Amino acid sequence: MNAPLRFHPRTSDTSYAELVQGAVVDPSLYTDPQIFEVEMDKIFYKTWVWVAHESELRNPGDFKTAQIGRQPVIVVRDRGGKVNVLENRCRHRGATVCEKHKGNATGFTCPYHSWSYGLDGKLRGLPYPEGYEDVIEKADLPLQSLRVGIYGGMIFASFNADIEPLEDFLGNARHWIDLFMKQGAGFPIKTQGEHKFSFKGNWKIQLENTTDGYHFPVVHKTFLQSVDAETSEMLSFMTDDQSITRSLGNGHSVMVMVPEHVDLDVDDGSEQLQERFSHIVAELSKDMPPEQVRRIVRSLHGAGFNLNLFPNVAMSMSFFRVLHPVSVAETQIRHIALGMDGGPEIANRERMRIHEHFQGPFGFGSPDDAEAWERVQSGAYAGRDVPILVNRGLNREWQDDNGDKVSHSTDETGMREAYAMWKKMMEQ
Amino acid sequence: MNNTDSLQGFSEPLAKAIAFIWQEAELLDRKDYASWSALWSEDGHYVVPIDPDATDFAAQLNYAYDDARMRKLRIERLTSGFAMSAADASATVRTVSRFVPVHLSAGLVEVNSAQILVGYKRQAHTMFVANLTHRIRFGAEGAKLEQKVVRLINSTDALNALGFLL
Repeated sequence: MNAPLRFHPRTSDTSYAELVQGAVVDPSLYTDPQIFEVEMDKIFYKTWVWVAHESELRNPGDFKTAQIGRQPVIVVRDRGGKVNVLENRCRHRGATVCEKHKGNATGFTCPYHSWSYGLDGKLRGLPYPEGYEDVIEKADLPLQSLRVGIYGGMIFASFNADIEPLEDFLGNARHWIDLFMKQGAGFPIKTQGEHKFSFKGNWKIQLENTTDGYHFPVVHKTFLQSVDAETSEMLSFMTDDQSITRSLGNGHSVMVMVPEHVDLDVDDGSEQLQERFSHIVAELSKDMPPEQVRRIVRSLHGAGFNLNLFPNVAMSMSFFRVLHPVSVAETQIRHIALGMDGGPEIANRERMRIHEHFQGPFGFGSPDDAEAWERVQSGAYAGRDVPILVNRGLNREWQDDNGDKVSHSTDETGMREAYAMWKKMMEQ
Repeated sequence: MNNTDSLQGFSEPLAKAIAFIWQEAELLDRKDYASWSALWSEDGHYVVPIDPDATDFAAQLNYAYDDARMRKLRIERLTSGFAMSAADASATVRTVSRFVPVHLSAGLVEVNSAQILVGYKRQAHTMFVANLTHRIRFGAEGAKLEQKVVRLINSTDALNALGFLL
């Protein structure tokens, strides 16, 4: 007999944390502007948030701007090679000191009254200083620094000075980050461009999607029709019992879609390289041994899984997906393309073509995702006493020795993990 | 009066190119992708770059970099009825103007222009504003599009996902 669906609709006494009730969730999590404000404080300004990949900051002075929640920050490599994450806000009257997406700088100067800051955030100078004698000390007024943690080239920052070490926060996800980076096929990973798009919906709708295998053949039917039979076969994980999803603690989860590509160093030789890549095999074979050619070509679609790191970044097969909450009903997404740093150009270009095919506002995949997410946002305003269900696969979920919960890739184990972390953070 | 008649005063190659570009715009607003597809030469590329200064499109990540194969797949997707973003795509109206010839000869015309496109969907109008460059070959088969580059003025910021062609 089926277990009855238990859900306690929200009342004026319900705390935010109580809105997540195990495997059912109150729809106001998507629609309540006050919840969004609390999420900024209790989640985005409290935990580790991904801001950059090290390949974006190769040289001293290289910077990019980013947002953590509503707050603009600058991610910059200083002269000593250290990565700093600085609040993008002049200490005088609050103007941003940098509006470029990326670049190289010797420092940052506020356009309003020309206060100038070093790459480490120190206030170096200001014009007409007489008015500040005995009023301020420059040493007291640097651009505010955030905590910075780097793992596997992934740069995270936090406003929370007391936060646990990044490695502890990532926990069991570290193993999967290591596996993900193997798609460099012996080369380090580098970013190679990004698609940015926005949708009118709450950020958690996107967060759920990265480990939602259930939607793939439905929403992405026309993408699957547009690829060759081999790629389509590779992505046909719906009835593959090796295709699993796994909770990793702290809100993180992973969904395996292509089990034979989980560890790209492991190759039993049985896999036929895809016919569509034969021109690349021919080109690379001119000056590379066959094992290396095979290693690179097997990695062109990326790792065989989507790793979802709470709250804002996914390492999704061959790209990074970064979400940025704009408001309760608007979210921006970046799909960052990856390549082999120093690897063969023909293979890196093929990776960009694969990325263009699925990703971004013109891709064959992302617009359909965005459409589905906007429909969720619209629909969630109806039926205020009707829960959102993330209970798929509860009947077959099991616990691994390391504590991870495991179920099929089409099950909602990853979403339950994310909402458990949401609940924990909103309770604090 | 047809479009070409109204373009007296322009040199003939430019007038023919402008008429072609207006025809293309009208097909796209009507989402008549089969007819649009017939405007292309086999080796033509439809490009929506990200980097505003990009010229070597193959070496960079673009929003779209479609050769004949990808155009065919894209049209199949847009017309299949199974892609929900396309099945429920915005209605669009676009105007193309501010034509500036880059290259004019009897056989080949390259023209820069401005496109203001407004899409409408679910109670919201969304603007897509772009500089266009059309390269059109005039030959025995009539006019064929060799390259169309759509440089959105907000290409490096977040765009709305779209289920139609620019």
